[in-house]
Amino acid sequence: MLNLDAVSDRLLEEVADLHKVPVGAFNIRANGEAVARNSTANIEIVPKTEASGIDIRIKPGTKNESVHIPVVMTASGIKEIVYNDFYIGEGSDVVIVAGCGIDNCGPKDSEHDGIHRFFVGKGAKVKYVEKHYGSGEGTGKRILNPGTEVYMEEDSFMEMEMVQIKGVDDTVRDTKAELAAGAKLVVRERLMTHGQQNAVSNYRVDLNGDGSSCDVVSRSVARDDSYQKFDAVLTGNAPCSGHTECDAIIMDNGRILAVPGLEANDVDAALVHEAAIGKIAGDQLIKLMTFGLTEQEAEEQIINGFLK
Amino acid sequence: MLELQHVSFEVNDDGGKEILRDITLTIPTGNLTVITGPNGGGKSTLAKLIAGIIRPTSGKILFDGEDITDMSITERARKGIGFAFQQPVRFKGIQVFDLIRLATGTKLSTVDACKYLSAVGLCAREYINREVNSSLSGGELKRIEIATVLAKASKLSVFDEPEAGIDLWSFQNLIEVFEDMRKNISDSSILIISHQERILNIADEIIVLKDGKLECMGPKDEILPKLNGTDSSIKGCGKGILKKEVE
Repeated sequence: MLNLDAVSDRLLEEVADLHKVPVGAFNIRANGEAVARNSTANIEIVPKTEASGIDIRIKPGTKNESVHIPVVMTASGIKEIVYNDFYIGEGSDVVIVAGCGIDNCGPKDSEHDGIHRFFVGKGAKVKYVEKHYGSGEGTGKRILNPGTEVYMEEDSFMEMEMVQIKGVDDTVRDTKAELAAGAKLVVRERLMTHGQQNAVSNYRVDLNGDGSSCDVVSRSVARDDSYQKFDAVLTGNAPCSGHTECDAIIMDNGRILAVPGLEANDVDAALVHEAAIGKIAGDQLIKLMTFGLTEQEAEEQIINGFLK
Repeated sequence: MLELQHVSFEVNDDGGKEILRDITLTIPTGNLTVITGPNGGGKSTLAKLIAGIIRPTSGKILFDGEDITDMSITERARKGIGFAFQQPVRFKGIQVFDLIRLATGTKLSTVDACKYLSAVGLCAREYINREVNSSLSGGELKRIEIATVLAKASKLSVFDEPEAGIDLWSFQNLIEVFEDMRKNISDSSILIISHQERILNIADEIIVLKDGKLECMGPKDEILPKLNGTDSSIKGCGKGILKKEVE
């Protein structure tokens, strides 16, 4: 069993659904240090020597295995940049669970910038889950700036689920991807901001190979005085298909900017962008109120469903 | 069960248009009542007044003897009023099961939720986990809407044009749903707004609204022949109330 405090345990549960030491390969980082690490026969985790971070090497053909690399921070005032590189072997099929939880009870800002690079081999399948969570009553901000680069070889598939529902004050998420022929990238982002929070999501996807495709869908809710920006640019450099969607609910004084960007450099590139921003429809509230829910309960249910 | 006393409703745009004028009526317990009449006659407005979605300009609404005129939608729902929308609402992310569960207000099992879907002629297995979003057709959505009102099991269930948007094949099924509800009505009541003769046929009482006024009301056997019959018989019920539609 890990020797972590109760707050860290709670954060681990929030970001990685972990109640105990995970099965398979893992690396758990707490307050700037690796506190537990495990490699398996097929998945090797090695710390970097020149910078903070790890290399995760997954052997070709590895099937039905998982890697957990959660990060928790409970000390106020830590600022770190961590570089994690994933080398995913040809034909493998794996689940990678990352995520960062920050509990800041102090006056200083806590910041974790995780830079993840994925090299997805031919025909490999990856499901990547990343959850961000913040808690603590301190005046110091909880800041997360994830940078993600994805390089996909032929016929590989990657599904990324990015979730940030609570407590992160400031986020700039930069995601870049390059897709070779037949590669497919699916991104599902769910985001909710409160208070004075700020969240920016930038996507740059280059569809370079014949038959490559991507689907980026963001569902978000901006409450109180928070601000969000969703900026997704797809570039079609070959016969390919791409779709981005920003579906957002604004409440109170929340503000959202959605910036569509499509660039087709091949006559057979089919690119679509959709964006819809608005408050909760009055009819939806009324419908749930006819079931006996109060307006506030109805709002909660609608948002819960929307971000499910 | 439900009593409307001199209820009027005005819209304030362009100098105050009166949509309903001095409506007084009673929906008795254990009855299936159908409100009918020409389009624009104020039927849907009346249903919304009962559910609390809009409030009357004047007059009183009593439910089980209690004045509910100033109660919110939520309070009325908790007192036992259910409402099926004419145009059901779509929700991104909320599944059919969630909606039925919210309607019952209990921690319902999937098996029990499925019963309500089967009752409205939907293959429960295929629909229970579907999102109530634009992937559902109008007819499917309408049946799910009716299933939620069945699930709520209200003392008074109000259906605003349940046949609207339902295809002919499903319509037979819908009639059966209401016939079943009628059989098990015991101490509850059903109020349906409808143009359909076959729905009028299963009514105990029929209320006819025209131009915002109560044209006539009474037992089905008394009112229906007047609506179905010749022009002269229509004149017999007021002043040619359904003439536009007959023509």
